[in-house]
Amino acid sequence: MSGAEVGLALSVFIACAVEAVEALTIVLAVGVTRSWRSALTGAGVALAVLAVLTAVLGPAITALPLGVLRVVVGGLLLIFGLQWLRKAILRATGLKALHDEAAAYEEEQAAARDAGAVGEGLDPYTFTVAFKGVLLEGLEVVFIVLTFGANQHNVGLAAAAAGVAVIGVVLAGVAAHRPLSQVPENTLKFVVGVMLTSFGIFWGAEGAGAHWPGGDAALLVIVPATLGCALAMVAALRRSGHEAARA
Amino acid sequence: MRRVRAFGAFLYDFVVGDDWRVAAGVAVALAVTAVVAGAGLAAWWIMPVATVGLLAASLWRAAG
Repeated sequence: MSGAEVGLALSVFIACAVEAVEALTIVLAVGVTRSWRSALTGAGVALAVLAVLTAVLGPAITALPLGVLRVVVGGLLLIFGLQWLRKAILRATGLKALHDEAAAYEEEQAAARDAGAVGEGLDPYTFTVAFKGVLLEGLEVVFIVLTFGANQHNVGLAAAAAGVAVIGVVLAGVAAHRPLSQVPENTLKFVVGVMLTSFGIFWGAEGAGAHWPGGDAALLVIVPATLGCALAMVAALRRSGHEAARA
Repeated sequence: MRRVRAFGAFLYDFVVGDDWRVAAGVAVALAVTAVVAGAGLAAWWIMPVATVGLLAASLWRAAG
């Protein structure tokens, strides 16, 4: 496995694990409060939709010429990665609230209790909430799987990494019987943001016609440099926050 | 029509996110890279510099 493929698998695995933790919280909350059958059916149908999307869009995207693919997909990956990194930096500096799985679980349970009586057979409320939760969290993963996988011409590896992450999170959730609030979500999102941004810079520039000194080895500089810049921005924002508080 | 508009809004939020200037900046940086590379000059440095600038500016706007 090449360095870029390791980066691809690792980034998709972490991104998928984080999104799966958030989806698990929603499915657990409505499953425990209302109906396990409806929650699991909703989650299963959403996973099937995501799998079909990946299977249909994957070959279509990889059929594009490499130059077009890299500039378009690299650009999208960079925009997407900067969104993740921006939010993670704002959370790390306290400018945005951290995602709290325990609080999200309680909120979801309260809403499920207020939603009226549980329907006969398939409960529409539970099915819809579980379906929507898994689909929306999963769409980000599909986007990452397709963009990363297509650029490396290895959508299969990206999909496999995502699948392993989902299975791991589900097993952990079954073992814990509660939301996985101990998972350091913001740290993981920070790492994913750094990886998406780095690969987006690399592929975007290459697709636009630039040649990286050292070829693929440039990624060994781009990834740590992106991480260093992001950490420096966290430090600078914290410092300016402290100075503002003192003033 | 309302559904199409809602889907468009979802797509915009999904891809562009909270700060449209970042997406616009990335598009401009890619275009500049293409022009500079097309002129036969070294263009690899443009995307990293633009990325750092766009992220820093977006963070400082968010920090108020």
